[in-house]
Amino acid sequence: MNFAPQALSTDGLPRWDGEGSSRIPFWAYTDPAVYRRELERMFYGNGHWCYVALEAELPKFGDYKISYVGERQVIVVRERDGSLNVVENRCAHRGVRFCQKPRGNARSFVCPYHQWTYKLNGDLAGLPFRQGVKKDDGEIQGGMPPDFDLKQHGLTKLKVAVYNGLVFATFDHDAPSFEDYIGPDVLPWLNRIFDGRKLTILGTNRQRIPGNWKLMMENIKDPYHPGLLHTWFVTFGLWRADQQSRMVMDEHGRHAVMISQRNAGGEAKAVTEGVTSFKKDMALNDARLLDVVPEYWWKGPTVTMITLFPSVIIQQQVNSLSTRHIVPSGPDSFDFVWTHFGFEEDDEAMTRRRLRQANLFGPAGFVSADDGEVIEFSQDGFRQKGADGATICELDGRGVAPTPHMVTETLIRGMYGYWRKVMEL
Amino acid sequence: MQMRPQALPLSVLEAQYYVDQFNARYGDILDRGDYAAWIELFTEDCLYKVIPRENHDAGLPLATMALESQGMLKDRAYGIVNTLFHAPYYQRHVIGVAQILNDNGSEIRATANYSVFRTKPGSVSEIYNVGRYLDVFLREGAGLKLKERVCVFDSEMILNSMIYPI
Ligand code: FES
Ligand SMILES: [Fe+2]
Repeated sequence: MNFAPQALSTDGLPRWDGEGSSRIPFWAYTDPAVYRRELERMFYGNGHWCYVALEAELPKFGDYKISYVGERQVIVVRERDGSLNVVENRCAHRGVRFCQKPRGNARSFVCPYHQWTYKLNGDLAGLPFRQGVKKDDGEIQGGMPPDFDLKQHGLTKLKVAVYNGLVFATFDHDAPSFEDYIGPDVLPWLNRIFDGRKLTILGTNRQRIPGNWKLMMENIKDPYHPGLLHTWFVTFGLWRADQQSRMVMDEHGRHAVMISQRNAGGEAKAVTEGVTSFKKDMALNDARLLDVVPEYWWKGPTVTMITLFPSVIIQQQVNSLSTRHIVPSGPDSFDFVWTHFGFEEDDEAMTRRRLRQANLFGPAGFVSADDGEVIEFSQDGFRQKGADGATICELDGRGVAPTPHMVTETLIRGMYGYWRKVMEL
Repeated sequence: MQMRPQALPLSVLEAQYYVDQFNARYGDILDRGDYAAWIELFTEDCLYKVIPRENHDAGLPLATMALESQGMLKDRAYGIVNTLFHAPYYQRHVIGVAQILNDNGSEIRATANYSVFRTKPGSVSEIYNVGRYLDVFLREGAGLKLKERVCVFDSEMILNSMIYPI
Protein backbone atom coordinates (compact mmCIF):
# COMPACT_ATOMS: atom_id res chain seq x y z
CA MET A 1 0.00 0.00 0.00
CA ASN A 2 1.13 3.51 -0.68
CA PHE A 3 0.20 6.38 1.56
CA ALA A 4 1.68 9.17 -0.50
CA PRO A 5 -0.65 12.16 -0.53
CA GLN A 6 -3.09 11.90 -3.39
CA ALA A 7 -3.51 14.56 -5.98
CA LEU A 8 -6.02 16.78 -4.22
CA SER A 9 -9.51 16.34 -5.51
CA THR A 10 -11.72 19.25 -6.43
CA ASP A 11 -12.98 19.65 -2.86
CA GLY A 12 -9.41 20.20 -1.71
CA LEU A 13 -9.46 17.23 0.67
CA PRO A 14 -7.01 14.36 0.71
CA ARG A 15 -8.23 10.91 -0.30
CA TRP A 16 -7.82 7.70 1.73
CA ASP A 17 -5.79 5.29 -0.35
CA GLY A 18 -6.58 1.57 -0.31
CA GLU A 19 -9.49 -0.44 0.99
CA GLY A 20 -10.84 -0.98 4.48
CA SER A 21 -10.20 0.93 7.68
CA SER A 22 -7.24 -0.79 9.31
CA ARG A 23 -4.66 1.81 8.25
CA ILE A 24 -5.76 5.28 9.25
CA PRO A 25 -3.92 8.07 7.43
CA PHE A 26 -2.29 10.64 9.69
CA TRP A 27 -4.04 13.45 7.85
CA ALA A 28 -7.32 12.21 9.31
CA TYR A 29 -6.02 13.64 12.61
CA THR A 30 -4.19 16.74 11.40
CA ASP A 31 -5.82 18.24 8.28
CA PRO A 32 -7.86 21.40 9.00
CA ALA A 33 -10.15 20.95 6.00
CA VAL A 34 -10.91 17.36 7.00
CA TYR A 35 -11.65 18.63 10.49
CA ARG A 36 -14.10 21.25 9.15
CA ARG A 37 -15.96 18.56 7.28
CA GLU A 38 -16.02 16.47 10.46
CA LEU A 39 -17.63 19.31 12.37
CA GLU A 40 -20.30 19.68 9.70
CA ARG A 41 -21.02 16.01 9.23
CA MET A 42 -20.20 14.34 12.56
CA PHE A 43 -21.18 17.02 15.06
CA TYR A 44 -23.72 19.26 13.32
CA GLY A 45 -25.39 17.10 10.70
CA ASN A 46 -26.01 13.68 9.20
CA GLY A 47 -28.36 12.62 11.96
CA HIS A 48 -25.77 12.59 14.74
CA TRP A 49 -26.87 13.17 18.33
CA CYS A 50 -24.40 14.77 20.73
CA TYR A 51 -24.26 14.55 24.51
CA VAL A 52 -24.85 17.86 26.33
CA ALA A 53 -25.70 17.15 29.99
CA LEU A 54 -27.06 14.90 32.67
CA GLU A 55 -30.60 15.77 33.64
CA ALA A 56 -29.69 15.79 37.33
CA GLU A 57 -27.49 18.84 36.72
CA LEU A 58 -30.64 20.88 36.04
CA PRO A 59 -33.22 19.87 38.63
CA LYS A 60 -35.35 23.04 38.79
CA PHE A 61 -37.38 25.19 36.42
CA GLY A 62 -35.05 27.77 34.90
CA ASP A 63 -31.83 25.91 35.73
CA TYR A 64 -29.39 26.17 32.86
CA LYS A 65 -25.86 25.24 31.98
CA ILE A 66 -23.58 26.04 29.09
CA SER A 67 -22.48 23.05 27.06
CA TYR A 68 -21.16 22.26 23.61
CA VAL A 69 -22.14 20.47 20.45
CA GLY A 70 -18.90 20.24 18.53
CA GLU A 71 -17.38 23.72 18.76
CA ARG A 72 -20.77 25.43 19.02
CA GLN A 73 -21.74 26.60 22.47
CA VAL A 74 -25.28 25.78 23.52
CA ILE A 75 -27.46 26.39 26.58
CA VAL A 76 -29.33 23.50 28.15
CA VAL A 77 -32.27 24.82 30.18
CA ARG A 78 -35.18 23.37 32.16
CA GLU A 79 -38.66 24.54 31.08
CA ARG A 80 -41.59 25.24 33.38
CA ASP A 81 -43.22 21.94 32.32
CA GLY A 82 -40.08 19.98 33.24
CA SER A 83 -38.86 19.41 29.69
CA LEU A 84 -35.41 20.50 28.56
CA ASN A 85 -34.51 22.92 25.78
CA VAL A 86 -31.21 23.24 24.03
CA VAL A 87 -30.56 26.52 22.16
CA GLU A 88 -27.45 27.94 20.62
CA ASN A 89 -25.66 30.62 22.65
CA ARG A 90 -25.55 33.14 19.82
CA CYS A 91 -27.76 36.21 19.63
CA ALA A 92 -29.91 36.42 16.51
CA HIS A 93 -29.23 40.17 16.29
CA ARG A 94 -25.49 40.53 15.88
CA GLY A 95 -24.17 37.17 16.89
CA VAL A 96 -23.15 37.86 20.48
CA ARG A 97 -22.50 34.88 22.76
CA PHE A 98 -24.86 36.43 25.28
CA CYS A 99 -24.83 33.90 28.12
CA GLN A 100 -21.55 34.05 30.03
CA LYS A 101 -22.28 32.36 33.35
CA PRO A 102 -21.53 28.63 33.04
CA ARG A 103 -24.51 27.69 35.24
CA GLY A 104 -27.45 29.56 36.63
CA ASN A 105 -31.19 29.98 36.81
CA ALA A 106 -33.13 32.21 34.45
CA ARG A 107 -36.68 32.97 33.36
CA SER A 108 -35.54 34.43 30.05
CA PHE A 109 -32.27 35.22 28.30
CA VAL A 110 -31.41 38.84 27.63
CA CYS A 111 -28.54 39.72 25.35
CA PRO A 112 -26.56 42.52 27.05
CA TYR A 113 -25.65 44.34 23.84
CA HIS A 114 -29.08 45.62 22.73
CA GLN A 115 -31.28 43.72 25.15
CA TRP A 116 -33.02 41.43 22.74
CA THR A 117 -34.91 39.07 24.99
CA TYR A 118 -35.50 35.37 24.40
CA LYS A 119 -37.82 32.87 26.03
CA LEU A 120 -36.26 29.73 27.49
CA ASN A 121 -37.26 27.86 24.32
CA GLY A 122 -35.25 30.28 22.19
CA ASP A 123 -38.18 32.30 20.80
CA LEU A 124 -37.51 36.00 20.46
CA ALA A 125 -39.86 37.65 22.97
CA GLY A 126 -39.09 41.24 22.16
CA LEU A 127 -36.52 43.91 21.44
CA PRO A 128 -36.14 47.57 22.43
CA PHE A 129 -37.35 50.29 20.03
CA ARG A 130 -39.01 47.81 17.76
CA GLN A 131 -41.80 50.37 17.08
CA GLY A 132 -39.33 53.23 17.10
CA VAL A 133 -39.15 56.12 19.57
CA LYS A 134 -41.99 58.61 19.67
CA LYS A 135 -40.97 62.23 20.04
CA ASP A 136 -43.04 64.84 21.94
CA ASP A 137 -44.51 66.13 18.68
CA GLY A 138 -45.72 62.65 17.82
CA GLU A 139 -43.10 61.91 15.19
CA ILE A 140 -41.78 58.35 15.35
CA GLN A 141 -38.09 57.84 14.83
CA GLY A 142 -36.49 54.58 13.81
CA GLY A 143 -37.94 51.19 14.59
CA MET A 144 -37.66 47.88 12.84
CA PRO A 145 -39.16 47.44 9.38
CA PRO A 146 -42.91 46.70 9.56
CA ASP A 147 -42.37 43.22 8.14
CA PHE A 148 -39.84 42.25 10.82
CA ASP A 149 -41.19 39.01 12.24
CA LEU A 150 -40.20 38.04 15.79
CA LYS A 151 -40.98 34.41 15.02
CA GLN A 152 -38.31 34.29 12.34
CA HIS A 153 -35.55 35.60 14.61
CA GLY A 154 -35.22 33.35 17.60
CA LEU A 155 -32.13 31.48 18.73
CA THR A 156 -31.10 28.35 16.86
CA LYS A 157 -33.07 25.57 18.47
CA LEU A 158 -31.75 22.06 18.71
CA LYS A 159 -33.74 18.86 18.72
CA VAL A 160 -33.49 17.34 22.21
CA ALA A 161 -33.58 13.76 23.50
CA VAL A 162 -33.79 13.05 27.21
CA TYR A 163 -33.05 9.40 27.81
CA ASN A 164 -33.26 8.07 31.39
CA GLY A 165 -31.29 10.98 32.76
CA LEU A 166 -28.98 11.58 29.77
CA VAL A 167 -29.50 14.67 27.61
CA PHE A 168 -28.55 14.67 23.95
CA ALA A 169 -29.14 17.30 21.27
CA THR A 170 -28.72 17.75 17.54
CA PHE A 171 -28.84 20.63 15.07
CA ASP A 172 -30.27 18.15 12.56
CA HIS A 173 -34.04 18.21 12.95
CA ASP A 174 -34.34 15.25 10.59
CA ALA A 175 -32.22 13.04 12.85
CA PRO A 176 -33.69 9.63 13.72
CA SER A 177 -34.96 9.01 17.24
CA PHE A 178 -32.22 8.73 19.87
CA GLU A 179 -33.03 5.05 20.41
CA ASP A 180 -32.67 4.36 16.69
CA TYR A 181 -29.45 6.33 16.65
CA ILE A 182 -27.94 4.17 19.37
CA GLY A 183 -29.35 0.94 17.96
CA PRO A 184 -30.47 -2.33 19.54
CA ASP A 185 -26.98 -3.75 20.15
CA VAL A 186 -25.73 -0.91 22.32
CA LEU A 187 -28.96 0.34 23.91
CA PRO A 188 -29.25 -2.51 26.46
CA TRP A 189 -25.84 -1.56 27.85
CA LEU A 190 -27.00 2.01 28.28
CA ASN A 191 -30.15 0.77 29.99
CA ARG A 192 -28.09 -1.29 32.41
CA ILE A 193 -26.71 1.93 33.97
CA PHE A 194 -29.50 4.36 33.05
CA ASP A 195 -32.68 2.48 33.80
CA GLY A 196 -34.62 5.53 34.97
CA ARG A 197 -33.12 5.62 38.47
CA LYS A 198 -32.48 9.15 39.67
CA LEU A 199 -28.84 10.19 39.42
CA THR A 200 -26.80 12.30 41.81
CA ILE A 201 -24.02 14.52 40.53
CA LEU A 202 -20.67 14.16 42.30
CA GLY A 203 -18.80 16.83 40.32
CA THR A 204 -16.75 17.73 37.27
CA ASN A 205 -13.15 17.50 36.12
CA ARG A 206 -11.89 19.26 33.00
CA GLN A 207 -8.77 18.65 31.00
CA ARG A 208 -7.47 20.10 27.75
CA ILE A 209 -5.79 17.41 25.70
CA PRO A 210 -3.58 18.48 22.80
CA GLY A 211 -4.63 15.77 20.37
CA ASN A 212 -7.32 15.06 17.78
CA TRP A 213 -10.75 14.31 19.32
CA LYS A 214 -11.00 10.90 17.60
CA LEU A 215 -7.98 9.69 19.54
CA MET A 216 -10.10 9.71 22.69
CA MET A 217 -12.89 7.78 20.98
CA GLU A 218 -10.40 5.18 19.78
CA ASN A 219 -8.70 5.00 23.17
CA ILE A 220 -11.97 3.70 24.58
CA LYS A 221 -12.47 1.40 21.60
CA ASP A 222 -9.02 -0.05 22.18
CA PRO A 223 -9.12 -3.00 24.60
CA TYR A 224 -5.53 -3.83 23.62
CA HIS A 225 -3.82 -1.07 25.61
CA PRO A 226 -5.31 -1.07 29.15
CA GLY A 227 -3.59 -4.26 30.30
CA LEU A 228 -0.30 -2.95 28.89
CA LEU A 229 -0.24 0.80 29.55
CA HIS A 230 -2.01 0.80 32.90
CA THR A 231 -0.27 -0.97 35.78
CA TRP A 232 -3.37 -0.93 37.96
CA PHE A 233 -5.43 -2.76 35.34
CA VAL A 234 -3.01 -5.61 34.75
CA THR A 235 -1.80 -5.93 38.35
CA PHE A 236 -5.19 -5.83 40.06
CA GLY A 237 -7.06 -7.70 37.33
CA LEU A 238 -9.34 -4.79 36.40
CA TRP A 239 -8.78 -5.10 32.66
CA ARG A 240 -6.53 -7.67 31.02
CA ALA A 241 -6.57 -10.18 28.24
CA ASP A 242 -7.25 -13.26 30.38
CA GLN A 243 -10.59 -11.87 31.53
CA GLN A 244 -13.90 -12.88 30.11
CA SER A 245 -14.76 -10.04 27.71
CA ARG A 246 -16.93 -8.99 24.81
CA MET A 247 -16.70 -6.24 22.25
CA VAL A 248 -20.08 -4.99 21.01
CA MET A 249 -20.84 -2.42 18.33
CA ASP A 250 -23.85 -0.96 16.56
CA GLU A 251 -24.64 -1.93 12.98
CA HIS A 252 -22.70 1.07 11.62
CA GLY A 253 -19.58 0.44 13.70
CA ARG A 254 -19.75 3.93 15.22
CA HIS A 255 -20.90 3.19 18.79
CA ALA A 256 -19.38 0.43 20.89
CA VAL A 257 -19.22 -1.20 24.29
CA MET A 258 -16.19 -2.91 25.79
CA ILE A 259 -17.48 -5.33 28.39
CA SER A 260 -15.41 -7.35 30.80
CA GLN A 261 -15.41 -9.13 34.10
CA ARG A 262 -12.75 -8.62 36.72
CA ASN A 263 -10.45 -11.46 37.75
CA ALA A 264 -8.08 -11.96 40.66
CA GLY A 265 -5.13 -10.35 38.91
CA GLY A 266 -1.64 -11.42 39.86
CA GLU A 267 0.80 -13.39 37.75
CA ALA A 268 -0.45 -15.27 34.70
CA LYS A 269 2.18 -16.12 32.11
CA ALA A 270 0.11 -15.34 29.02
CA VAL A 271 -0.74 -11.78 30.03
CA THR A 272 1.96 -10.68 32.48
CA GLU A 273 5.20 -12.19 31.22
CA GLY A 274 7.37 -9.49 29.74
CA VAL A 275 4.75 -6.83 30.46
CA THR A 276 6.75 -4.10 32.16
CA SER A 277 3.71 -2.40 33.62
CA PHE A 278 2.84 -5.54 35.59
CA LYS A 279 4.07 -5.15 39.19
CA LYS A 280 4.11 -8.55 40.83
CA ASP A 281 4.66 -7.38 44.37
CA MET A 282 2.61 -4.24 44.29
CA ALA A 283 0.08 -3.91 47.08
CA LEU A 284 -1.88 -0.85 48.11
CA ASN A 285 -0.92 0.85 51.34
CA ASP A 286 -4.52 1.92 51.75
CA ALA A 287 -6.87 -0.69 50.31
CA ARG A 288 -9.82 1.71 50.42
CA LEU A 289 -8.67 3.05 47.04
CA LEU A 290 -9.97 -0.16 45.53
CA ASP A 291 -12.65 -1.29 47.94
CA VAL A 292 -14.92 -2.81 45.29
CA VAL A 293 -18.44 -3.81 46.30
CA PRO A 294 -20.57 -5.48 43.61
CA GLU A 295 -23.90 -3.79 42.85
CA TYR A 296 -27.17 -5.56 42.07
CA TRP A 297 -27.50 -4.05 38.60
CA TRP A 298 -24.09 -5.23 37.35
CA LYS A 299 -25.44 -8.70 36.51
CA GLY A 300 -21.97 -10.02 35.70
CA PRO A 301 -19.71 -7.45 34.07
CA THR A 302 -17.56 -5.29 36.35
CA VAL A 303 -16.68 -2.87 33.59
CA THR A 304 -18.54 -1.47 30.60
CA MET A 305 -16.96 1.30 28.54
CA ILE A 306 -19.51 2.77 26.15
CA THR A 307 -18.49 5.05 23.28
CA LEU A 308 -21.42 6.97 21.80
CA PHE A 309 -20.10 8.50 18.63
CA PRO A 310 -19.00 11.25 18.33
CA SER A 311 -19.29 13.07 21.61
CA VAL A 312 -19.31 10.98 24.77
CA ILE A 313 -17.89 8.06 26.68
CA ILE A 314 -19.85 6.49 29.48
CA GLN A 315 -17.79 4.65 32.04
CA GLN A 316 -18.62 2.02 34.57
CA GLN A 317 -15.42 0.61 36.00
CA VAL A 318 -16.28 -1.25 39.22
CA ASN A 319 -17.99 1.34 41.46
CA SER A 320 -16.93 4.41 39.53
CA LEU A 321 -19.34 5.99 37.05
CA SER A 322 -18.82 8.96 34.76
CA THR A 323 -19.72 10.59 31.50
CA ARG A 324 -16.79 12.02 29.55
CA HIS A 325 -17.80 14.71 27.11
CA ILE A 326 -15.58 15.38 24.08
CA VAL A 327 -15.51 19.04 23.00
CA PRO A 328 -13.31 19.39 19.91
CA SER A 329 -11.31 22.54 19.32
CA GLY A 330 -9.45 22.43 16.02
CA PRO A 331 -7.90 19.25 14.60
CA ASP A 332 -5.26 19.02 17.29
CA SER A 333 -6.99 19.74 20.60
CA PHE A 334 -10.11 18.90 22.56
CA ASP A 335 -11.51 19.52 25.99
CA PHE A 336 -12.48 16.46 27.97
CA VAL A 337 -15.14 17.05 30.59
CA TRP A 338 -15.77 14.37 33.18
CA THR A 339 -18.99 14.30 35.19
CA HIS A 340 -18.96 11.71 37.93
CA PHE A 341 -22.30 10.52 39.21
CA GLY A 342 -24.01 8.03 41.47
CA PHE A 343 -27.61 7.15 42.20
CA GLU A 344 -30.07 8.64 44.66
CA GLU A 345 -30.44 5.14 46.08
CA ASP A 346 -26.73 5.04 47.08
CA ASP A 347 -25.99 5.03 50.80
CA GLU A 348 -23.22 7.19 52.19
CA ALA A 349 -20.69 4.37 52.10
CA MET A 350 -21.32 3.83 48.39
CA THR A 351 -20.97 7.53 47.62
CA ARG A 352 -17.66 7.59 49.49
CA ARG A 353 -16.55 4.48 47.62
CA ARG A 354 -17.37 6.04 44.25
CA LEU A 355 -15.40 9.13 45.24
CA ARG A 356 -12.39 7.09 46.38
CA GLN A 357 -12.38 5.06 43.19
CA ALA A 358 -12.54 8.35 41.27
CA ASN A 359 -8.81 8.52 42.06
CA LEU A 360 -8.35 6.03 39.22
CA PHE A 361 -9.96 8.39 36.70
CA GLY A 362 -9.89 11.95 35.45
CA PRO A 363 -6.85 14.09 34.62
CA ALA A 364 -4.89 12.74 37.61
CA GLY A 365 -6.29 9.21 37.53
CA PHE A 366 -4.10 6.17 38.14
CA VAL A 367 -5.45 4.59 34.94
CA SER A 368 -6.43 7.58 32.84
CA ALA A 369 -3.84 10.33 33.28
CA ASP A 370 -1.61 8.30 31.01
CA ASP A 371 -4.30 8.07 28.32
CA GLY A 372 -4.21 11.85 27.92
CA GLU A 373 -0.44 11.65 27.77
CA VAL A 374 -0.28 8.99 25.03
CA ILE A 375 -2.88 10.89 23.00
CA GLU A 376 -0.65 13.96 23.09
CA PHE A 377 2.34 11.85 22.01
CA SER A 378 0.28 10.32 19.18
CA GLN A 379 -0.59 13.74 17.81
CA ASP A 380 3.08 14.76 18.09
CA GLY A 381 4.03 11.69 16.06
CA PHE A 382 1.43 12.33 13.36
CA ARG A 383 2.55 15.93 13.04
CA GLN A 384 6.16 14.99 12.65
CA LYS A 385 5.63 12.34 9.95
CA GLY A 386 3.56 14.62 7.78
CA ALA A 387 0.96 13.62 5.24
CA ASP A 388 2.14 10.19 4.21
CA GLY A 389 1.96 8.23 7.46
CA ALA A 390 -0.74 5.90 8.70
CA THR A 391 -1.54 3.99 11.87
CA ILE A 392 -1.82 0.19 11.91
CA CYS A 393 -4.94 -1.27 13.52
CA GLU A 394 -4.72 -4.91 12.52
CA LEU A 395 -4.81 -6.81 15.79
CA ASP A 396 -7.31 -9.62 15.17
CA GLY A 397 -7.41 -9.03 11.42
CA ARG A 398 -8.58 -6.28 9.08
CA GLY A 399 -12.31 -6.82 9.19
CA VAL A 400 -15.01 -5.43 11.45
CA ALA A 401 -17.12 -7.66 13.71
CA PRO A 402 -18.11 -7.94 17.36
CA THR A 403 -15.76 -10.29 19.23
CA PRO A 404 -15.98 -12.48 22.34
CA HIS A 405 -12.55 -11.35 23.57
CA MET A 406 -10.39 -8.24 23.96
CA VAL A 407 -7.36 -9.13 21.87
CA THR A 408 -8.61 -7.01 19.01
CA GLU A 409 -8.69 -3.59 17.38
CA THR A 410 -11.97 -4.30 15.62
CA LEU A 411 -13.88 -1.44 17.27
CA ILE A 412 -11.39 1.11 15.94
CA ARG A 413 -11.72 -0.34 12.45
CA GLY A 414 -15.47 -0.18 12.87
CA MET A 415 -15.41 3.51 13.71
CA TYR A 416 -13.12 4.44 10.82
CA GLY A 417 -15.14 2.36 8.38
CA TYR A 418 -18.13 4.48 9.33
CA TRP A 419 -16.10 7.70 9.36
CA ARG A 420 -14.80 7.02 5.88
CA LYS A 421 -18.27 6.48 4.54
CA VAL A 422 -19.77 9.61 6.07
CA MET A 423 -16.75 11.74 5.17
CA GLU A 424 -16.69 10.39 1.59
CA LEU A 425 -12.90 10.24 1.66
CA MET B 1 -15.21 25.49 54.77
CA GLN B 2 -16.06 28.93 56.08
CA MET B 3 -13.17 30.22 58.11
CA ARG B 4 -13.42 33.64 59.61
CA PRO B 5 -10.44 35.45 61.09
CA GLN B 6 -10.76 35.80 64.85
CA ALA B 7 -9.09 38.01 67.38
CA LEU B 8 -5.59 36.60 67.23
CA PRO B 9 -3.27 36.14 70.20
CA LEU B 10 0.19 37.69 70.16
CA SER B 11 1.60 34.33 69.20
CA VAL B 12 0.25 35.01 65.71
CA LEU B 13 3.72 36.06 64.62
CA GLU B 14 5.05 32.72 65.68
CA ALA B 15 2.30 30.85 63.85
CA GLN B 16 2.84 33.01 60.78
CA TYR B 17 6.53 32.22 60.85
CA TYR B 18 5.99 28.48 61.23
CA VAL B 19 3.37 28.22 58.51
CA ASP B 20 5.31 30.30 56.00
CA GLN B 21 8.44 28.29 56.67
CA PHE B 22 6.45 25.10 56.30
CA ASN B 23 4.97 26.21 52.98
CA ALA B 24 8.36 27.20 51.62
CA ARG B 25 9.65 23.78 52.49
CA TYR B 26 6.55 22.07 51.08
CA GLY B 27 7.00 23.78 47.70
CA ASP B 28 10.69 23.00 47.62
CA ILE B 29 10.11 19.31 48.39
CA LEU B 30 7.56 18.95 45.59
CA ASP B 31 9.66 20.94 43.13
CA ARG B 32 12.51 18.53 43.80
CA GLY B 33 10.19 15.53 43.48
CA ASP B 34 11.08 14.20 46.92
CA TYR B 35 7.87 12.30 47.57
CA ALA B 36 9.14 10.43 50.62
CA ALA B 37 9.68 13.80 52.27
CA TRP B 38 6.31 15.06 51.03
CA ILE B 39 4.49 12.19 52.73
CA GLU B 40 6.27 13.00 56.01
CA LEU B 41 4.78 16.50 56.01
CA PHE B 42 1.36 14.99 56.73
CA THR B 43 -0.19 13.26 59.74
CA GLU B 44 -1.10 9.61 59.44
CA ASP B 45 -4.85 10.22 59.12
CA CYS B 46 -4.41 13.27 56.89
CA LEU B 47 -6.66 14.53 54.15
CA TYR B 48 -5.09 15.80 50.92
CA LYS B 49 -7.31 16.99 48.11
CA VAL B 50 -6.90 18.85 44.84
CA ILE B 51 -10.34 20.06 43.85
CA PRO B 52 -11.66 22.32 41.08
CA ARG B 53 -13.07 25.55 42.48
CA GLU B 54 -16.19 24.86 40.42
CA ASN B 55 -16.95 21.77 42.54
CA HIS B 56 -15.84 23.32 45.81
CA ASP B 57 -18.05 26.37 45.40
CA ALA B 58 -21.03 24.27 44.34
CA GLY B 59 -20.62 21.96 47.34
CA LEU B 60 -19.88 18.99 45.07
CA PRO B 61 -17.45 16.46 46.53
CA LEU B 62 -15.57 15.27 43.44
CA ALA B 63 -11.88 16.11 43.54
CA THR B 64 -9.11 15.64 41.00
CA MET B 65 -7.02 13.89 43.65
CA ALA B 66 -8.50 12.84 46.98
CA LEU B 67 -6.23 11.05 49.41
CA GLU B 68 -7.41 10.23 52.90
CA SER B 69 -4.36 8.87 54.70
CA GLN B 70 -0.59 8.74 54.60
CA GLY B 71 -1.06 5.29 53.06
CA MET B 72 -2.90 6.79 50.11
CA LEU B 73 -0.18 9.41 49.73
CA LYS B 74 2.29 6.54 49.52
CA ASP B 75 0.16 4.87 46.87
CA ARG B 76 0.11 8.10 44.89
CA ALA B 77 3.87 8.49 45.21
CA TYR B 78 4.36 4.91 44.03
CA GLY B 79 2.11 5.68 41.06
CA ILE B 80 4.11 8.75 40.10
CA VAL B 81 7.42 6.95 40.22
CA ASN B 82 6.48 3.47 39.01
CA THR B 83 3.12 3.18 37.28
CA LEU B 84 1.92 6.43 35.68
CA PHE B 85 3.32 6.77 32.20
CA HIS B 86 3.86 10.46 31.49
CA ALA B 87 6.14 13.02 29.97
CA PRO B 88 8.30 14.41 32.78
CA TYR B 89 7.99 18.05 33.75
CA TYR B 90 9.40 20.46 36.28
CA GLN B 91 7.07 22.02 38.79
CA ARG B 92 7.80 25.37 40.40
CA HIS B 93 5.63 26.41 43.33
CA VAL B 94 5.24 30.03 44.28
CA ILE B 95 3.33 30.17 47.54
CA GLY B 96 2.09 33.46 48.95
CA VAL B 97 2.24 34.59 52.54
CA ALA B 98 -0.18 32.58 54.64
CA GLN B 99 -3.22 34.04 56.29
CA ILE B 100 -3.58 32.63 59.80
CA LEU B 101 -7.26 32.14 60.48
CA ASN B 102 -7.16 30.47 63.84
CA ASP B 103 -4.61 29.13 66.29
CA ASN B 104 -5.78 27.31 69.37
CA GLY B 105 -2.33 26.29 70.51
CA SER B 106 -2.41 22.78 69.09
CA GLU B 107 -4.06 23.36 65.73
CA ILE B 108 -3.55 26.17 63.23
CA ARG B 109 -5.99 26.93 60.46
CA ALA B 110 -4.54 28.90 57.58
CA THR B 111 -4.84 29.63 53.89
CA ALA B 112 -2.29 30.63 51.28
CA ASN B 113 -2.48 31.40 47.58
CA TYR B 114 -0.28 29.37 45.29
CA SER B 115 0.69 29.16 41.68
CA VAL B 116 2.44 26.25 40.06
CA PHE B 117 4.38 26.61 36.84
CA ARG B 118 5.10 23.70 34.56
CA THR B 119 8.13 23.37 32.33
CA LYS B 120 8.41 20.40 30.01
CA PRO B 121 11.76 19.36 28.60
CA GLY B 122 12.72 21.61 25.71
CA SER B 123 9.70 23.82 26.13
CA VAL B 124 8.59 27.14 27.59
CA SER B 125 7.25 27.57 31.13
CA GLU B 126 3.48 27.60 31.50
CA ILE B 127 1.12 28.59 34.28
CA TYR B 128 -0.10 25.15 35.24
CA ASN B 129 -2.33 25.47 38.29
CA VAL B 130 -3.45 28.45 40.34
CA GLY B 131 -5.42 28.32 43.54
CA ARG B 132 -5.29 28.41 47.30
CA TYR B 133 -4.54 26.02 50.08
CA LEU B 134 -7.08 25.54 52.86
CA ASP B 135 -5.00 24.06 55.65
CA VAL B 136 -5.21 22.57 59.09
CA PHE B 137 -1.80 22.18 60.76
CA LEU B 138 -1.05 20.26 63.91
CA ARG B 139 1.75 21.46 66.12
CA GLU B 140 4.06 18.51 66.60
CA GLY B 141 7.07 19.03 68.81
CA ALA B 142 8.96 21.93 67.37
CA GLY B 143 7.32 21.73 63.97
CA LEU B 144 4.05 21.43 62.11
CA LYS B 145 2.32 18.64 60.26
CA LEU B 146 -0.56 18.90 57.83
CA LYS B 147 -3.71 17.30 59.07
CA GLU B 148 -5.55 18.66 56.09
CA ARG B 149 -4.56 20.40 52.87
CA VAL B 150 -7.27 21.12 50.33
CA CYS B 151 -5.94 22.72 47.13
CA VAL B 152 -8.85 24.59 45.56
CA PHE B 153 -7.77 25.56 42.06
CA ASP B 154 -9.16 28.25 39.77
CA SER B 155 -7.64 26.86 36.57
CA GLU B 156 -10.68 25.72 34.60
CA MET B 157 -8.68 23.39 32.38
CA ILE B 158 -5.94 21.08 33.50
CA LEU B 159 -3.22 21.11 30.87
CA ASN B 160 -3.73 17.50 29.82
CA SER B 161 -2.85 15.54 32.94
CA MET B 162 -1.95 16.10 36.58
CA ILE B 163 0.72 13.66 37.68
CA TYR B 164 2.50 15.31 40.60
CA PRO B 165 0.85 16.70 43.72
CA ILE B 166 0.28 20.43 44.07
S1 FES C 1 -26.21 41.51 19.56
FE1 FES C 1 -27.64 40.69 20.93
S2 FES C 1 -29.03 42.27 21.16
FE2 FES C 1 -27.68 43.09 19.71
FE1 LIG D 1 -6.51 3.72 28.92
